[in-house]
Amino acid sequence: MATPVAAPLSGLDRFLDTFFNPTVIVRYLPDLASGTLVTIGIGAATIVAGIALGLFLACLRVRRIRLFDLLIVAWADVGRALPPLVVILIFYFGLPSVGIRLSGPMVLFLVLSGTLSAFAEEIFWAGFTAIDKGQWEAGRATGLGFTTTLLHIALPQAVRLALPPLVNRALAITKMTALGSVIGVSEILSAATTAQSFSASATPLTMAAIAYLIVFLPFVVLARLLERRFAWKKA
Amino acid sequence: MSPNRPMLEIVALEKRYGDNVVLRGVDLRVARGELVFVIGPSGSGKSTMLRCCNRLEEPTAGDVLLAGRNICTGSSRDLDRLRLEIGMVFQNFNLYPHMTVVGNVMLAQRKALKRPAAEAKAKSMEMLQLVGLAHKAEAWPAELSGGQQQRVAIARALALDPKVMLFDEPTSALDPELVGSVLKVMKDLKDAGMTMLVVSHEMGFAREAADRVVFMDGGVVVEEGSPDEIFGAPKAERTRAFLSRVSG
Ligand SMILES: Nc1ncnc2c1ncn2[C@@H]1O[C@H](COP(=O)(O)OP(=O)(O)OP(=O)(O)O)[C@@H](O)[C@H]1O
Ligand SMILES: [Mg+2]
Repeated sequence: MATPVAAPLSGLDRFLDTFFNPTVIVRYLPDLASGTLVTIGIGAATIVAGIALGLFLACLRVRRIRLFDLLIVAWADVGRALPPLVVILIFYFGLPSVGIRLSGPMVLFLVLSGTLSAFAEEIFWAGFTAIDKGQWEAGRATGLGFTTTLLHIALPQAVRLALPPLVNRALAITKMTALGSVIGVSEILSAATTAQSFSASATPLTMAAIAYLIVFLPFVVLARLLERRFAWKKA
Repeated sequence: MSPNRPMLEIVALEKRYGDNVVLRGVDLRVARGELVFVIGPSGSGKSTMLRCCNRLEEPTAGDVLLAGRNICTGSSRDLDRLRLEIGMVFQNFNLYPHMTVVGNVMLAQRKALKRPAAEAKAKSMEMLQLVGLAHKAEAWPAELSGGQQQRVAIARALALDPKVMLFDEPTSALDPELVGSVLKVMKDLKDAGMTMLVVSHEMGFAREAADRVVFMDGGVVVEEGSPDEIFGAPKAERTRAFLSRVSG
């Protein structure tokens, strides 16, 4: 059926052709999919390592040993102040000249998990300091040692307080896996820009955006849920 | 231990924070099964004395003996073991908000006494029964009234079979209508033979349940005697002034 209103539709056609070109989608879907797996892999490793290290440092800080305090605070402050991209570039392009050669994914993982650990330490520490000292006293007064009181009384409460800001921060830092595109890590963005230059189409970038949404939107929803049930009901 | 030996002995106890001398040589004995009631103005060192009894505060000088054993010497593991025998009840309850009521009562039984789970659970239910809260075992602390929370805190301490119970203003944070339920549990405890050292402003309770009343001021024991002696015919001027202030 010939349609006389073809001309106004061509704008939409052009839009679809630019951002959702079916041929390009089919052609580069495998690349984007493997890029997504790389992002998920590095992201997951970053979250686990960054949070574990941050938690460990915060627990160590609870002991208030002056030298450790100083080192931990220095780590947290430097880690939060430095832009990860700067450190990524230094590690990737600078370290080889002193004989340390790390793969792109390894650099990305080390820098991002280090950065996350700095933020996580501060978030957990804030959780610890928010706990009433009566909680510690109740534990110690019933014969529990320092470590037991830390693990069973203080830590669960600190984690509960830390969870919403922690999820937000983990999200923000894991998204920085996109920085891997500057050092040749074939994560989502890198796969997409490569595909874009080969296909001369913006469609791979759209695919990248969708891939990021698929990976990160669930975490954003999780953060929202956690925030909603965050507070203890106070009697 | 000889039967005449006090359960709790506080000997020449001194505590200072920098230049601020809070306790200047407190001597106090609590016999087995005795309830000693401590009164005194704010800042007189009542809490500090109590907290020195399980070394939540480190005494500057002096000794505290539990059934003849000095709690001020020995390793931190010894201290943890001794603390099992000294129950403490705080003004603010200090229940663990992330655990259910029965979880609160079980924690130290499991982790400090190393009781098996089933035994700790049974003991917890027994103690909750004692304070009238067995039906709240699975509730969360935030779901309880202040009076109920404080009774759980008492059950939590009792579950460790302490030799002595320390109470620091256990009813001061409670709405007036909830005070009675906590005092009743304390009275039951006294009648069951528990040794108790109680800091409180509930003079009516002292008249009813205390064997001895101790008046503290300025970091020393000013006067002690039976409730009738202290409330009826106080000897020291400072005691009289304090009592007329709190009753007037
Ligand atoms: N950690 C501390 N550092 C410095 N001073 C302290 C500390 N704890 C208590 N004090 C001081 O010790 C004194 C006695 O305090 P304490 O809490 O024992 O009094 P109290 O008799 O229990 O008073 P209240 O009836 O108000 O509870 C107060 O002057 C207080 O300022
Ligand atoms: Mg006090």
